[in-house]
Amino acid sequence: MTSLASPRKATTTSAMDGLPVGATRSRLSQAFVLAGLALFALYSVAPVWWLVVSATKDQSDLLYTNGLWFGEFNLGRNLEQVFTYNDGVFFRWVANSLLYAGAGALVCTLISLAAGYSLSRFSFRGRGLGLAMVIGSFLIPGAMLTMPLYLLFAQVGLVDTAWAVLLPSFISPFSVYLAKVYVDGAVPPELLEAARVDGAGELRIFFQIVTRLMKTGAATVFLLAFVGNWNGFYLPLTMLRGEDKWTLSLGLYAWNLKRVDSENDLTALVLTGSLLAVVPLAVFMIAMRRYWQSGVTLGSLK
Amino acid sequence: MSVTQRKGAAFSAPFFVGFAALFVLPLLYAVHQSLYTVRTSGLGIGPRVEVFAGADNFTRALSDGTFWASIGRVLAFAVVQIPVMLGFALVMALLLDGTRRRVAHRYRLAFLVPYMIPGIVAALMWMYVYSPRLGPLTDLTGVNFFSPALVWISMGNLLTWIGAGFNMLIIYGALQSVPRELFDAARVDGASELRIAVSIKIPYVRGALVLTGMLSIIHMLQIFNEPLLFRNVVPEIITKDFTPIMMIFYEAFDSNDYNYAAALSVVLAVVVGAISFLFYRFTNRASR
Repeated sequence: MTSLASPRKATTTSAMDGLPVGATRSRLSQAFVLAGLALFALYSVAPVWWLVVSATKDQSDLLYTNGLWFGEFNLGRNLEQVFTYNDGVFFRWVANSLLYAGAGALVCTLISLAAGYSLSRFSFRGRGLGLAMVIGSFLIPGAMLTMPLYLLFAQVGLVDTAWAVLLPSFISPFSVYLAKVYVDGAVPPELLEAARVDGAGELRIFFQIVTRLMKTGAATVFLLAFVGNWNGFYLPLTMLRGEDKWTLSLGLYAWNLKRVDSENDLTALVLTGSLLAVVPLAVFMIAMRRYWQSGVTLGSLK
Repeated sequence: MSVTQRKGAAFSAPFFVGFAALFVLPLLYAVHQSLYTVRTSGLGIGPRVEVFAGADNFTRALSDGTFWASIGRVLAFAVVQIPVMLGFALVMALLLDGTRRRVAHRYRLAFLVPYMIPGIVAALMWMYVYSPRLGPLTDLTGVNFFSPALVWISMGNLLTWIGAGFNMLIIYGALQSVPRELFDAARVDGASELRIAVSIKIPYVRGALVLTGMLSIIHMLQIFNEPLLFRNVVPEIITKDFTPIMMIFYEAFDSNDYNYAAALSVVLAVVVGAISFLFYRFTNRASR
């Protein structure tokens, strides 16, 4: 409870103007702070700016004009090239990425909410062990499990199917942990007791009360899972063979490899495709920034 | 156990069934696979048969110089890159904390731009930015970022660029919970902003620094995307056993030695667990 409330309280006290009353800061130190901020902002944004500019250029402008400013505006032609290359396989990759990231995150959120609720609000035998397994498995990162998973999936014929990417994305110990922390703070046990006294079944309590109280938590879990899936590369690279099942990241990687090999230059294709891969995620994250900001901080404070 | 508790336990069943199938089972299967090896009878043209090999794969892994060299390489890399990245993240967070809230929000979003870029796209983009032919950096500085002397620095910069914003978010979150009265008290006593940052703020976020440090080490031990892309450009420097995960990947899909790849995965999981544990113990004692 406290960890949920405290960051927000800190926000309100200093929200008026950021500086505590009576604080006099020298102009020099403020100028220094602003210069530092500008410098880091430049470092963070400049390469993306280069990508945006480059996506509007044709082959010769890429080579012969200043990389940080526009040449002849060719974004339309580049887009057309991306969309039509190889019968529009790019759209296929976008759809796959959305499917793997979206469906994976959705199921993961539901499973994690249920598990988080169970670990937070019930005291069954084995609960402590379960929680220890959840936290302990943070230490075994995904990439280390990928090869063992591949061997297992090869055994049961799941390699090169969408399930090979989807199934691992359903199970996320970190999401369970995050959901548990949220339930600790957002679902009062008295309310559950009251519902039980009124004769509500456990399933009904979960779907009608808990999930409603957990909207913010669920959004955070979903968002972090979605971003993780969207950004995944090693798992799909290991599992997927056929081009029609690839994700955007895999496709762009393959185009980049091809660019080196083939004689017709695919640079503009790779650059414009990369920019397009950024847009949905950036829009999604900016729209939902309220959730992931709280999520990341919350997960770390505990 | 009461009926309610048993029903409550059932809510975590889907997760733990999945956990058993997708975390525990693969590891057990990998251990099983690593106890076997594939022998080809008759001058390599006979049928391939899987035979029990006992601990052979493990003794091979333990004495495999290239494998341990790859772990040493990423650890050496971690020792330099992670402090730089966390230093960046800390300074970013302190700068944000030292300005007005509205300004801070705008800059925070800018700092998080790298976090919004899919990992492989970020790496691809930097490969082009570094490229002597296409990128602006060689024009500006006149150096080749893929030269043997600079390629590690280029990769370190890429990792720092990708990771600093995310770590800043965690550290900044911790900074927000420092009681503001402490700063006022220090100011009344005549402490400078720098002094406040060094003596109050940094000690206060030590927990966040330990956490980000640990996450960064775990991440570094499984690094794959970035060196893979560098390998496309400079394969003679970034060999296929440059990092442990790259070596496992190539052992499996290039040499088709799945059993050995499984053994390496198991050894690597143990190494990561041990390093995380040691780091945790060490930093826990240091901060007490």
